[in-house]
Amino acid sequence: MAASLLERRQTRLAYWLVLPATLLLLVIYILPIVFVFLASLTDYTLVSDYYEFVGLENYSRMLGDEVFVNALNNTVFYAALFLPGAFIISLVLAIAIQEQKQFRSVLEVLYFLPVTSTLAAMALVWAALMDSGQGVINNSLETFGIPGVNWFGSENVVLYSLAIISLWSIIGFNMVLFLAGLTSIPQNLYEAAAIDGADHPLDKFFRVTWPMLGPTAMFVAVTSSITAFKLFDTVAILTQGGPDRASEVFLYLAFLEGFEYFNMGYSAALSLFFLGIIFLFALLQALLTDRNVQY
Amino acid sequence: MAQLTLKNIKKSFGETPVLHDISLDVEDGEFVSLVGQSGCGKSTLLRIIAGLEQADSGEILIDGQSVVDTAPKHRNIAMVFQDYALYPHMSVAENMAMPLVMARLPLYARLPVMRMIAPASRRAQPEIRETVETVAGQLRIDHLLDRKPAQLSGGQRQRVALGRALVRDPKVFLMDEPLSNLDAKLRVQVRTEITELHASSGLTFIYVTHDQIEAMTMSNRVALMQAGHFLQVGTPNALYSDPASLDVARFIGSPEINVLAGECRDGWLRLGDAALPVKLACNGPVQVGVRPEAVSVLDAPGLAGVEGPAEGPRLTFEKRLIEDLGPELLIHGSFAHAPESKVRIRAQKSGTHAGTELEGGSRTLQVMLNVSQLLFFDADGARLTPEPAAALQTAGVA
Amino acid sequence: MADISQPRSTFADLVERFRPTSISRAITTILLFLGAWVMVFPFIWMISSSMKPTDEVYDSDFSIIPKTFKGFENYYAVIFEQPYLIFLMNSMIVCVGILVIQLLTAIPAAYALAKLKFRGSTILFGTVIAAITIPINVTSIPLYIGLVRVGLLDTYFAMMFPFILSVFAIFLFRQFFRGFPDSIIQAARVDGFSEIEIILRLIIPSAIPAIAAFSVFSFVAHWNDLYWPLIVVQSQDKMTATLSMMQYQSAFDTDYGRTYASATVVTAPMVIAFLFARRLFIRGITMTGVKG
Repeated sequence: MAASLLERRQTRLAYWLVLPATLLLLVIYILPIVFVFLASLTDYTLVSDYYEFVGLENYSRMLGDEVFVNALNNTVFYAALFLPGAFIISLVLAIAIQEQKQFRSVLEVLYFLPVTSTLAAMALVWAALMDSGQGVINNSLETFGIPGVNWFGSENVVLYSLAIISLWSIIGFNMVLFLAGLTSIPQNLYEAAAIDGADHPLDKFFRVTWPMLGPTAMFVAVTSSITAFKLFDTVAILTQGGPDRASEVFLYLAFLEGFEYFNMGYSAALSLFFLGIIFLFALLQALLTDRNVQY
Repeated sequence: MAQLTLKNIKKSFGETPVLHDISLDVEDGEFVSLVGQSGCGKSTLLRIIAGLEQADSGEILIDGQSVVDTAPKHRNIAMVFQDYALYPHMSVAENMAMPLVMARLPLYARLPVMRMIAPASRRAQPEIRETVETVAGQLRIDHLLDRKPAQLSGGQRQRVALGRALVRDPKVFLMDEPLSNLDAKLRVQVRTEITELHASSGLTFIYVTHDQIEAMTMSNRVALMQAGHFLQVGTPNALYSDPASLDVARFIGSPEINVLAGECRDGWLRLGDAALPVKLACNGPVQVGVRPEAVSVLDAPGLAGVEGPAEGPRLTFEKRLIEDLGPELLIHGSFAHAPESKVRIRAQKSGTHAGTELEGGSRTLQVMLNVSQLLFFDADGARLTPEPAAALQTAGVA
Repeated sequence: MADISQPRSTFADLVERFRPTSISRAITTILLFLGAWVMVFPFIWMISSSMKPTDEVYDSDFSIIPKTFKGFENYYAVIFEQPYLIFLMNSMIVCVGILVIQLLTAIPAAYALAKLKFRGSTILFGTVIAAITIPINVTSIPLYIGLVRVGLLDTYFAMMFPFILSVFAIFLFRQFFRGFPDSIIQAARVDGFSEIEIILRLIIPSAIPAIAAFSVFSFVAHWNDLYWPLIVVQSQDKMTATLSMMQYQSAFDTDYGRTYASATVVTAPMVIAFLFARRLFIRGITMTGVKG
């Protein structure tokens, strides 16, 4: 039969079309994940070929490891500094820029510029701006009579400094997401609100803007959280976890364990912990996104 | 209940003028339709009345009070939007309660969290709920109060939008093409419901539509708009049988009016071979508007005969196509003297086989124009009205 | 009409009376431009410093215009005396290579998943979705060990390998292709188009906007990537532009002007490309939450 011949030909073609992708999916994602899982149950190091199965020892070591707890604390503290800013500043900017008529696109470009730039290179610039001796920031603070800050040298300040740099690099990104969300709110809802009496800026925000922005806000919150847990570039270039492990964040620790100390088994356990956190965020987003907002 | 007065409203978007000097008086309890093609300025005018748009100049009075500088919420108007503009994240009850919440609660009690704990809010809630339920009952949507707009059909959303407008007990009810998103059958049904709502509420209605049938069937008066002007404001019947210009005559009525070229000289109008005496002060070409029902087919099988004195210009008609509409036929064709003309004739059936009989008959028909129903326009489309003899004489002298 | 006779001056009342006026609008605009200045200042400082002699970079009274202009010397040194042209070329090779293979593997797979029926398509698509959430940081250990075992560390292949299949691209293109009308595909089949011709002559041209946006996303992400090159690159002649910034880790080049000239050279390609294709960049980068 002609129809089934055509169908069989199509099916055969489909297999050829997905073959390269399927093979690569296997090699780049599935096998490595299986390997990471197995490696996390061993004391494998790259230095020697000899290894033993150690069960859950790597995981129990993790919980008792001061270094791990320190890195986790640093990451959470950093995230707590970074997230509110990454969310609120971007939202406020988006609302303010949305109302600008002639300057909107200029402002959009200026705020988005850091997103496209190479963070590794810009980190060097921030290091100079935040230099404790002659940096521009401390100099201008001092002209206002405020004592300079030891941005990268002080254990109590370094995470704030890293959060500031990260905020600088992500605000434009979140702002553009919020702007897209704001633009998609139908204008006639604001008109209906004006007729219903909700024409005060606060009423407009809480009755229309904020609920309609729900899915966007959820997306921004989740992606920003993942970004917070992925902090790496600025730590690697500027602080290497210092001073005194005060900026040693989770991903940097996993990197050190794996590629500096070659504790592959332990590093694998750390990686899976990291993956667990990311799955948790993804799950949260899937569960909490209100699908009723669009009709 | 309120009177609405518009005085010399002008509006431009940038360089483009959209409303030129619009004035209109709407009586208390009247139903006025603003009708016209898209881009004629009818929606802009409605939005100016609502306060969503600011006029460049002019006055808007509601019950004699100027509302030009009044915010929409204080104008005592309600508006139903074309796509309803329901708040998708709120339930039907919350949607309908919105105007009441805004009017009865102070700002601090409307903020999140506060709306749950503020005493003012808790005191007002039962009363608001009661009003919403009453209105919902009238509109037969009380069983839908806990649903979200996404879970409603088009017709149900339409009712919720009406409900949200009704709860606030407005003076003027504005509607912007509220039926355009409904299917044909529902549209006819809701049309009746809105007319009944108008009758029972006694409110002043301003209704925007591009559909002349809606405007004709629902309103007390129709304001026909074109390019930012009112072409004519009057009762549906006045617009149909006494149009001010050819544009009005063309817009109102379905199928569209037939327009024939004629020649007017010394009190006689020439239409092909026929001539008829007219009391028109004209000399030169005229356009004759002939409604499809103002033509009688003579001696055709199965069609209702001509009533009354059969008197009027007789013309030869060449039929091309016959549409059977049940009780009547729509005959397409042209007059023999003007083969280019496109003419539709509406003929009442008397026999059941009229269509087939006529289809098989001869290609040409003899028809007669009913003189009393003819409309005359000059070459520019302005209406020519038959004048008293005295006036005709004066015109002749001049 | 509200009664005005009763004077109230509660906080709530003050808030109630607050309305955006032309003055507050002007203030907002000024604040927005001040904020924009903060966002752009690091770039200005960088370009300015890249044209200064060492001792002026950390001068306590900063001026945007260099007092002594050393721009030509600094950039000449970075481009011709240091291997920055090689770094830029390495970045280019890696990014282009990744993008080309990503498109070649993702487009056919996405078409099959979107428009053809075959057994296992649901499982395959499910796996693709799950894989989107897996970042390189999790799979880096086995990939690294594998590359060490086959002796391919410090090669272009190693630098590209983890990224040559983009599960995100498969997902994105599949969504895009699903919107393509089946009736057109069927009409093309009736007209005698082969399935490959359908992909090349109908599907791909219709998907140009999505492909362009994805290309920008992929290019920017891998140009700016520091993590993976840091792991697999060992020699200077495979170093990418971004990785080259690691040599200033803590110990700066003694010539500060030259340091910032090199930072400018590294970040310039993406920033300039952004300024030229603004819309495309914003769409490309915001298409996914996974930044950088």
